[in-house]
Amino acid sequence: MAKDIRLVIKRQANPKSADYVEEFVIPYFPKMNVVAALMEIQKNPLNAKGDVTTPVAWDCNCLEEVCGACTMVINGQARQACSALVDQLTQPIHLAPLTKFPVVRDLVVDRKVMFDNLRKVKAWIEVDGTHDMGPGPRVSPKVQEQAYRLSKCMTCGCCMEACPNVNPKSNFIGPAPIAQVDLMNSHPTGALQRERRLEALMTEGGIADCGNAQNCIKVCPKEVPLTRSIARLNRATTFHGIKSWFNK
Amino acid sequence: MSGKVTVIGGGLAGLMSVIKLAERGQKVDLFSLVPCKRSHSVCAQGGINAAVNTKGEGDSTWEHFDDTIYGGDFLANQTPVKNMIEAAPSIIYLVDRMGVQFNRTPEGFLDVRRLGGAKYSRTVFAGATTGQQLIYALDEQVRRYEDEGLVTRYEEWELLSLVRDDEGCCRGVVVQDMKSLDIQVFPADAVILATGGPGMIYVRSTNSTINTGFAAASAYMQGAIYANGEFVQIHPSAIPGRDKLRLMSESIRGDGGRVWVYKDGKPWYFLEDWYPAYGNMVPRDIATRAIFKVCVDMKLGVEGENKVYLDITHLDPHDIDRKLAGVVDIYEKFIGDDPRKVPMETFPAVHYSMGGLWVDYNQMTNIPGLFAAGECEYQYHGANRLGGNSLVAAIYAGMVVGPKAFEYSNGLKQRCNDLPGSLFERAKEEEITKQKALFAMQGKENPYKLHQELGEWMVDNVTVVRNNDRLLATDQKIQELMERYKTIGVGNSPEWGNQIVPFTRRLWGMLSLARVITLGAYHRNESRGAHYKPDFPDRDDENWLKTTKAEWTANGPHFSYDPVDTSFIKPRKRRYDVAKEVTAQNG
Ligand SMILES: Cc1cc2nc3c(=O)[nH]c(=O)nc-3n(C[C@H](O)[C@H](O)[C@H](O)COP(=O)(O)OP(=O)(O)OC[C@H]3O[C@@H](n4cnc5c(N)ncnc54)[C@H](O)[C@@H]3O)c2cc1C
Ligand code: SF4
Ligand code: SF4
Ligand code: FES
Repeated sequence: MAKDIRLVIKRQANPKSADYVEEFVIPYFPKMNVVAALMEIQKNPLNAKGDVTTPVAWDCNCLEEVCGACTMVINGQARQACSALVDQLTQPIHLAPLTKFPVVRDLVVDRKVMFDNLRKVKAWIEVDGTHDMGPGPRVSPKVQEQAYRLSKCMTCGCCMEACPNVNPKSNFIGPAPIAQVDLMNSHPTGALQRERRLEALMTEGGIADCGNAQNCIKVCPKEVPLTRSIARLNRATTFHGIKSWFNK
Repeated sequence: MSGKVTVIGGGLAGLMSVIKLAERGQKVDLFSLVPCKRSHSVCAQGGINAAVNTKGEGDSTWEHFDDTIYGGDFLANQTPVKNMIEAAPSIIYLVDRMGVQFNRTPEGFLDVRRLGGAKYSRTVFAGATTGQQLIYALDEQVRRYEDEGLVTRYEEWELLSLVRDDEGCCRGVVVQDMKSLDIQVFPADAVILATGGPGMIYVRSTNSTINTGFAAASAYMQGAIYANGEFVQIHPSAIPGRDKLRLMSESIRGDGGRVWVYKDGKPWYFLEDWYPAYGNMVPRDIATRAIFKVCVDMKLGVEGENKVYLDITHLDPHDIDRKLAGVVDIYEKFIGDDPRKVPMETFPAVHYSMGGLWVDYNQMTNIPGLFAAGECEYQYHGANRLGGNSLVAAIYAGMVVGPKAFEYSNGLKQRCNDLPGSLFERAKEEEITKQKALFAMQGKENPYKLHQELGEWMVDNVTVVRNNDRLLATDQKIQELMERYKTIGVGNSPEWGNQIVPFTRRLWGMLSLARVITLGAYHRNESRGAHYKPDFPDRDDENWLKTTKAEWTANGPHFSYDPVDTSFIKPRKRRYDVAKEVTAQNG
């Protein structure tokens, strides 16, 4: 049974050029996902009119929704292309690059700012060194289960895309790095550097820029409890602010 | 300290080597094709092995060592494997201190599970995303050193080739910015390759799409020896898919999953039947061949197709959620069925390369100054890798290679900066010329379609069952593809963000390594670990207890062989129908 699917893709040759829309028709096969559809264009770079075109550029690595690379806007929603099953999408399928990051080409965007933000909030545990010091701290299974949920963030950018306060006019670091501060601060060793991270969150573009719109948590593919972390850190930063004010 | 070390690859092996270097105050340039956090290591689900004995089963590093050597069918050099196994518990403790969220026992100790080929539970795990958790922890440590100004990251840059001086020593790298396709040269006193495996040679595999093995292929084409290429692990259970074969982790069997098919109208648990001592926990090569036999020879596959059931419906749903959620999610997401209720349908898939760049016990290749660590080298798994051993091998190799590269670069009489600039300019010009030639390719062949053809031949002929006539035919086919490669058309896309030209470059590397794998398998007339030939069904230690070494020549790979270091355990017959006998510690 021959069946075709139709893709409408927003394209752009480079960051400075104008964007345009191109349509593609691709043979359907069962259980296909959006990445598999894009791979067909690579093998046969013809648009819906039958004209030869440049193959569409996009990012992907793991193809199992764990690396975060293939994030794009699919039918208006930011999500991973590799786990977007064609059978579950309305046609034609609209693909566009994330809008909160600079476009490199077609569906490829530059998310370097997300890694820079992790650096800004000092999202790491300060170990003394890699020499053998025996086992780490003991952790209860309950605490582990909570922390594990935060540590699954794959820096994909869906939450940034959904957050109204991440926009060209603001420097807001977005929800993802805030959850990482929560993760690091809840770790027994990480807690020793807790204040430094709180202070980083209290600078410009920090947690105060969150308007509590709660959009982020709805779109996170890894179900990272973003708003819970934001609430917890809101309290922590407020308290820390008062404390340092008194200690002046 | 004026030495300069460059690391290529930001997976577990690369990141660990960077940490070891930065800790010594060494400045490092780190290049990675993708942001380190998105490296293939994120895919690892099952866990990481170390004899931490938190279940009180009496596990020890000696048992782990013996399982590894035995599981690898005695092809691995024993000294480095022993060192790795002995370091494994301290590696777990280290990454635990770095904040990896490992699962815990009720008392708060590290929880462990059992994987195939292991006598005891010794796989530490973080849900079903252990690789992801490990790489995030190491990436965070590297970010800390970046913050201190010791590490410079070049993410989304690709290694194209090495700079070699008149003595043949490695003196730097030629790399490309994947956005602009701009080519640059970076001098270095030592270069570490930690660029992962070459699974994409088979196209459909459990690997990430970036695992083309191009960096290793490029080193091979510049004179680095490639060892044991013919040993490619086929994982027993993956979900068939056209774009990718998604792995269903061995931890599913470790946590009680059972493999079966219908026979005479009743479920037949053939692994439990054939291998009573290990049951569903036999090593991968054994399970894969059994599944092949059941589906291909006995035609008992599910619905007549090449599929078997992998069943967890009898397990406690809460336990499944706690330990296997990540894997079960993948199945639900990509297939749409709930494995808690319906048995999964899976089939074997190309998974891991035991072979890789040849290295000495200091992780240095035969090219002075060029080091390798992680899946891109061959050292730790012999003829078959045990589940959970590759994460530990990647991290351990990173821990060894960092300090060794540091020593090497500081012991050099002449630093890269003392060498004439023309050496580097020439290396860069060569790559620029090659790239111009690539852009000028305007023939009729599509590189992605050629790749597809390569993959189909490799999967059909160079995986589970190998026959010499088919291997030779495959090598002929690869050479035909290399001819047709010359008539590839790359279209007229400009350089900025171009993906087809870099892919075409990588395809040549994949074709070159495919010959190493295929001909290596052709020459090895025996069966050992993952390499199985029906015409030579037994292991032949007299003739083949040897490391295969392939060197690039213009006419194809040239093979030579090295003896294997068996200083600790005498080779014995490998079987899993009865319990593995105990070996003496000093035997
Ligand atoms: C689905 C799956 C599940 C697995 N599960 C387990 C498990 O449970 N336990 C276990 O022990 N093992 C497991 N493995 C194996 C294990 O994950 C890998 O062998 C291991 O992670 C490899 O680590 P690495 O550091 O060598 O390479 P990778 O993580 O592959 O990293 C390679 C790095 O090199 C970079 N790179 C590559 N080429 C270039 C280039 N030309 N220029 C610049 N940079 C480049 C990439 O960007 C990347 O950063 C699994 C493998 C798969 C496929
Ligand atoms: S709660 Fe709203 S404003 Fe705050 S980070 Fe989430 S989406 Fe943005
Ligand atoms: S918090 Fe969720 S949506 Fe945001 S980057 Fe992480 S995984 Fe993506
Ligand atoms: S390719 Fe990794 S998340 Fe889609």
